[in-house]
Amino acid sequence: MSISKNNLILYIGILTFGIAAPFIFPAFKVQLSILCVLIVLATTWNIQGGEMGYNSFGNILFYGLGMYLCASVQVGMFFPLAEWTESGGEKTFVHTPAQFFQGMAFGLIVAAVVPTIVAGLIGYSILGLRGHYFAICTLGLGVAAGEISGGIEIIGAGQGFTTPPFPDVGSLDSRGEFFYFLSFFVLVLTFIAVRGIYSTRFKLILNAIRDNEDKAEAMGIETMKYKIVGWMISAFFCGLAGGIMGGLVGYIDSTDVAFDGREMGVFMVLMAILGGKGTLWGPIIGATVFHIFKEGFWTFFLGWQYVALGVLIVVIVIYFPEGIMGWLREKYPERFGEVVDEKDRKAQVELK
Amino acid sequence: MDFMVFQYPMISVQACLDGILLGILFALIAYGMALQWGVMNIINIAQGDLVILGGYIAYFMYLYGIHPAWGVIVSPIIMFFVGIAIYKLVINKVVDRDLFISILATFGISILFMQLMNFAFGADVVLANSDYGTTMLFNSNVVLPNSKIFSAFISILFAICLVIYMKKSKLGRAIRATAQNARAAKILGVDTEKVYAATFGINAALCGVAGALISITFTIHPYMGLPYTIRSFMIVIVAGLGNLPGVAMSGMGLGVFEEFADYILGTEFRIGSVFLLLVLILVYRRFKLSRKREYLK
Repeated sequence: MSISKNNLILYIGILTFGIAAPFIFPAFKVQLSILCVLIVLATTWNIQGGEMGYNSFGNILFYGLGMYLCASVQVGMFFPLAEWTESGGEKTFVHTPAQFFQGMAFGLIVAAVVPTIVAGLIGYSILGLRGHYFAICTLGLGVAAGEISGGIEIIGAGQGFTTPPFPDVGSLDSRGEFFYFLSFFVLVLTFIAVRGIYSTRFKLILNAIRDNEDKAEAMGIETMKYKIVGWMISAFFCGLAGGIMGGLVGYIDSTDVAFDGREMGVFMVLMAILGGKGTLWGPIIGATVFHIFKEGFWTFFLGWQYVALGVLIVVIVIYFPEGIMGWLREKYPERFGEVVDEKDRKAQVELK
Repeated sequence: MDFMVFQYPMISVQACLDGILLGILFALIAYGMALQWGVMNIINIAQGDLVILGGYIAYFMYLYGIHPAWGVIVSPIIMFFVGIAIYKLVINKVVDRDLFISILATFGISILFMQLMNFAFGADVVLANSDYGTTMLFNSNVVLPNSKIFSAFISILFAICLVIYMKKSKLGRAIRATAQNARAAKILGVDTEKVYAATFGINAALCGVAGALISITFTIHPYMGLPYTIRSFMIVIVAGLGNLPGVAMSGMGLGVFEEFADYILGTEFRIGSVFLLLVLILVYRRFKLSRKREYLK
């Protein structure tokens, strides 16, 4: 993994901006944290959807699982979980700052590890499905998880689950800053991991699976192994993102917040496609554009957001399936290190 | 968990009969899905929302004092044109593309419809009361609402009509030819574009019938669409494309399964169990196929 001089400057610039952002835009700390989480989700979705060609609607499963696990561990380490959810939580039991941070740390570890294990366990069965069967199956997984968790009493069932409120540690801004830096840290971690993966043979294998799985198998690649590992990597970061989001939102509901296939589950697909799937920067750009659009224009629609969302999905999918990166690549192929043969291009245009 | 169902055999009979009557309705929706899947190679996630929209048409007739059973006639006519409009606006651009594109595009349509219905009709659970009374069986141990029997009867009637139409009419033959080989059909003078539009329209009309029947027998709600999509998808993959008896049988099987899940696990897990069953069926299918060394493609 070599970093050229230009890229190094770019990375340092982004990192500085990321660290300085909450101080430059103090009013948008929560939005920036959500943006980080969205980028993590889009980037990890891209590992399956973009690089591997397995369009999953089910990454929301890991996200929701992480959310519930993180909050449950955070509460369950110090207080009885059942009583917490029954009493609406925060009124009867109060976390001290030390307890809160300890719980959060352990919770995030559990929230990352358990979904990874779950992905590994179900991976063999689920990833054997292909094409639309995989897409519908994962859609079913996500919805089933939401419906089932909505019936489990100990995590709040239909009423929802209040996550521990942020403890009083001096200034009022500390909550926003804490969650921002936590999510930014996870974002940086994800980026480094994904960039690392994409510069190895692993990515080439994933691309081979996308382009022709049977042929890849015939070439002696154990495709199943790589597919499962790819899914586990996604699950790891989705779980982390979910854990953070749970703390950030402060309230977990089974179908509206955690296993929100209608919203977050589609967002991650949409962001990756908008940015350009199968690229490193595509999902990041897509998530940023999408989030800015969503936050900027959502208020103008006044209750018509979801109508706008439906239209947006249809328009992006039909008219813009290559995404922003794909469009840039079409326009400036030289920048992407592609050599364009003008003759060949003309011939292809004529053929069309 | 509630094991009443094993202690009182009459509850099992009730669940079976309810399930079969419900399953016939599912089979009607699934038949529409099989039709468009076979002809256009499209999986329509908005199928369930078309059903709910059809239900609201019947419900509105009920609100204006017309007997909701007439919705069985009116709703498919309106839904046919809704289907053609959807085809012209969206579906014809995704027919030849990657299947995932069609799934995502119809997912978008599904969200759009859900929200529009939510605005137009409100987020209340509604039902159109048909005043059909009930039928008592087995010393009034088993109670069947007549509306359910009526809806099953109408579903079968529509299915039979459609099968005859597909066999005999010119358009039906064109649809079947396109399903077999779109390119060859085009060469032989079939206007495939028209056939696709008609197929999608017929599918939407079937959804309209089913929706009208659901609004009479059960309840409708703007967000209840997705489970119907998943049910019909499940029925189609269990039965296979173009296998009408199979669709009817697996529809009834699913209906019975749901009723028992409702009794044993409790109503809150009903939808969850449907989705879980979908995952289990797909996984079972994957292992069965991989043993045969076949591919799903």
